[in-house]
Amino acid sequence: MEMVNIIIDDRKIQVPKHYTILEAAREANIAIPTLCFLKDINEIGACRMCVVEVKGARSLQAACVYPVSEGLVINTKSPAVREARKVTLELILSNHDRNCLTCVRSRNCELQKLAEELNVKEIRFDGDHKKLPVDDFSPSIVRDPNKCVLCRRCVSMCKNVQGVSVIGTNERGYRTIVSPAFEMSLNDVPCTMCGQCITVCPVGALKEKDDTEKVWEALSNPDLYVVVQTAPAVRVALGEEFGMPIGSRVTSNMIAALRRLGFKKVFDTDTAADLTIMEEGTELIERIKNGGKLPLITSCSPGWIKFCEHYYPEFIDNLSSCKSPHQMFGAVLKSYYAEKEGIDPSKIFVVSIMPCTAKKYEAQRPELSSTGYPDVDVVLTTRELARMIREAGIDFTELPERHFDDPMGEASGAGVIFGATGGVMEAALRTVAEVLSGKSIDEIEYTEVRGVEGIKEAEIKLEGLTLKAAVAHGLGNARKLLDKIKAGEAEYHFVEIMACPGGCVTGGGQPIQPSDVRSWIDLRKERAAAIYEEDRDMPIRKSHENPAVKMLYDEYFEKPGSHKAHELLHTHYTPREKYPKEKK
Amino acid sequence: MKWEFAAKSQEKQKYVCCNADEGDPGAFMDRSILEGDPHSVLEAMTIAGYAIGANQGYIYVRAEYPIAVKRLSIAIEQARDYGLLGDNIFGTDFSFNIELRLGAGAFVCGEETALMTSIEGHRGEPRPRPPFPAVKGLFGKPTLLNNVETYANIPTIIRNGAEWFSSIGTEKSKGTKVFAMGGKINNTGLLEIPMGTTLREVIYDIGGGIPNGKKFKAAQTGGPSGGCIPASKIDTPIEYDTLVELGSMMGSGGLIVMDEDNCMVDIAKFFLEFTVDESCGKCPPCRIGTKRMLEILERITGGKGEEGDVEKLEILAKNIKASALCGLGQTAPNPVLSTLRYFRDEYEAHVRDKKCPAGVCKSMLNYIVDEQRCKCCGICARNCPVNCISGQKGVPYKIDQEKCIKCGTCLEKCPFKAIFKNA
Repeated sequence: MEMVNIIIDDRKIQVPKHYTILEAAREANIAIPTLCFLKDINEIGACRMCVVEVKGARSLQAACVYPVSEGLVINTKSPAVREARKVTLELILSNHDRNCLTCVRSRNCELQKLAEELNVKEIRFDGDHKKLPVDDFSPSIVRDPNKCVLCRRCVSMCKNVQGVSVIGTNERGYRTIVSPAFEMSLNDVPCTMCGQCITVCPVGALKEKDDTEKVWEALSNPDLYVVVQTAPAVRVALGEEFGMPIGSRVTSNMIAALRRLGFKKVFDTDTAADLTIMEEGTELIERIKNGGKLPLITSCSPGWIKFCEHYYPEFIDNLSSCKSPHQMFGAVLKSYYAEKEGIDPSKIFVVSIMPCTAKKYEAQRPELSSTGYPDVDVVLTTRELARMIREAGIDFTELPERHFDDPMGEASGAGVIFGATGGVMEAALRTVAEVLSGKSIDEIEYTEVRGVEGIKEAEIKLEGLTLKAAVAHGLGNARKLLDKIKAGEAEYHFVEIMACPGGCVTGGGQPIQPSDVRSWIDLRKERAAAIYEEDRDMPIRKSHENPAVKMLYDEYFEKPGSHKAHELLHTHYTPREKYPKEKK
Repeated sequence: MKWEFAAKSQEKQKYVCCNADEGDPGAFMDRSILEGDPHSVLEAMTIAGYAIGANQGYIYVRAEYPIAVKRLSIAIEQARDYGLLGDNIFGTDFSFNIELRLGAGAFVCGEETALMTSIEGHRGEPRPRPPFPAVKGLFGKPTLLNNVETYANIPTIIRNGAEWFSSIGTEKSKGTKVFAMGGKINNTGLLEIPMGTTLREVIYDIGGGIPNGKKFKAAQTGGPSGGCIPASKIDTPIEYDTLVELGSMMGSGGLIVMDEDNCMVDIAKFFLEFTVDESCGKCPPCRIGTKRMLEILERITGGKGEEGDVEKLEILAKNIKASALCGLGQTAPNPVLSTLRYFRDEYEAHVRDKKCPAGVCKSMLNYIVDEQRCKCCGICARNCPVNCISGQKGVPYKIDQEKCIKCGTCLEKCPFKAIFKNA
């Protein structure tokens, strides 16, 4: 690697030539404050918090975008630098809704942290405050422009990473606002509700629709039988909300906390993930054998589904008709489980704890109520669950060991890995390989579909067939992959798409890590590593070997793809226009 | 230097761009060239293309200049017909094409990186430099970007030689500069002077002095990014460096002359209003900082200035200048800084004494009837749009200060000069 010599705060150091001043400073253990910067996603030098003095330059320079060069002399702490950062921060604060006490991001706000770190104790330049309406029409995402600092991380995420581009900068100068076009609501534009914008927002300008009150109400209603299910990705991230290291596995603590909150039963969505594999695997084999529409594309990710309906309706027939796992679980709870336990299904209240904001939208889809009741009543994100645990005064780190409830608490490792990109593919392969060969296969780790590469391709030798598979995560990658398929440049049997980069582990409902953490640590890898560890520790690692799933087919569904299974576990999709012709 | 960098680049695709997004209020130097001699620009851009190895040029011109746009289009057609543009110019293997791109009127698009972003089809916003356009410009390719006036000089320089050009002007500033002069001056309009001409020569010899025998107070050069040069510096030769030393700049060539009736705080406010309006909103120092400065100036000119306001203006100005993302923000405080530098007493009179010495800021102004002079004719009362003047035959008229909107109609209409402004 080509290196250059620079002097930073009187220290001579050698750094790679492609570094920015910010990266070089990090190397020298010099912290430079940032706000708009998010590595690889938003490197636009807009917020001016990271300004430094560069010898020979006329004005202060943004460290996050300024490339180093041989002999560069930098001062990161001169009086001019300190004063400029402070004034800029005071200006940002002067036009920020500073209701920190009641802000969802209090204690996890990058702006608050900057104010503390730069020792800003008064705002000298107060003036006009923006007072704009809050957009809370979307079932998933709430946008509060009065808190927005216009860092544009959400814009870059939505446009450059997700390729969705429903939010952008509108107006200009002091009136600049980040919003959908024509001041429309997020609910009226082709937003996929993936919530990635929330996870990159440094402040409380974007947040999930908080549904915790609905759950508290249900829990205190003696007529309701309130059960909860948790998605695989939640258990490898929830701990972060309580100060635990990234990648901590907190399955037991999570179950114990849910019990303390008063849920009658705590189920594992992974069980339904296994059920999904049985249905989807069967669908795949049938489509391949009977010349059905290929590639079959997974349908677990509601952000992806909405994206497909808006932007690639021509692929709707490729989508697996399987409901997403938690919806399947809800339908099973309100049918099979209700019958078995003798509970009136109208009294069963299903709460899903998901790493996802799009699932809030999904749960409201009218077609997802096969029993006559909504499959799932309320979806909470990982963050909302943490809020409930805090509100209940539960010490999350000190809890007894607990397990999921039977009869549907049993899950396989295949269900667990649904939480990471490539996981659904791998889980399906574990089952399909055995179904096709009729033999037990020991080699079950399909590492070629794991990892954070945007699009992964694999050819897997199965009995009588070389299965061509592709995995895309992040909607921008999905776009690339679909365009390739559309252009006839690639052919696959089976495609897995997850809306969020990294899959559910880094979903839009997961704990938020600030830029100075996620710029340098790949959350996708850390949390996925925990998922794969969890898988390795499971006694059963193939969906079709899950006794709970076997029991469900024996006692209720008969076999995968049966009439009853179609009634309860499958769904259909609707092409959606991009922008409605009339403003709602 | 820009040309050299762009020429040295090994990239295959390069571009030549012309900044014809003249945005300074009251300035129309580029417009006159584009409308009068569009071929000079086309010729220069082609030469530039040949020099750096580019085959495509763009002229970014304001849509508000329809005649310039039309004549440029005609000129491009003519040049194509003559084989001066297009493939294999003069039968050589050099090909060069020029296309027009119309700007929607955003002042910031005159900033080179914003201009390129706009040509690329995005929201016209600046981006950080480095990388400089000559290294990584339009569509990420090496780009040579110059202003209309610069290009228009190229053909004559090539024809007459660099020595000829260098013989005009001064040691540090070569050649000539075109200004659009306006304001309190007898001869308004465009003028071209050799560098080094003094402001006094421009105002009195060319401009014909200040109308109505008023006193020259200051000249603003460089438009909203520039500053005010006070009467005491009238003998300064006009050069790039000297203007910067005085706290102003050459800019595109706006020149506004002010006399004793101009309030310098009000002038600073006027220019800041413009930059607040034209800020793109990308960086906080410009987006919020200039707005806060304007709010303070509004307070001061509104008679509500507080102790410490001037100091706040100074802190904001200094830091916006140091930390804004682009040239627009970095120069936006100049009008305030330069007026503070030369006319601080006027600011202080507004804040401390609640007085506008020039009698411009209405909130601090009273119109008063001189009872000795009043002939009780009632013309003032009849013309007052808010009926706040009362009186009758034999009783001198009186202005109700509560109701008065300070429009100045009474003063204008009084045939006996019995009404005066009390600043």
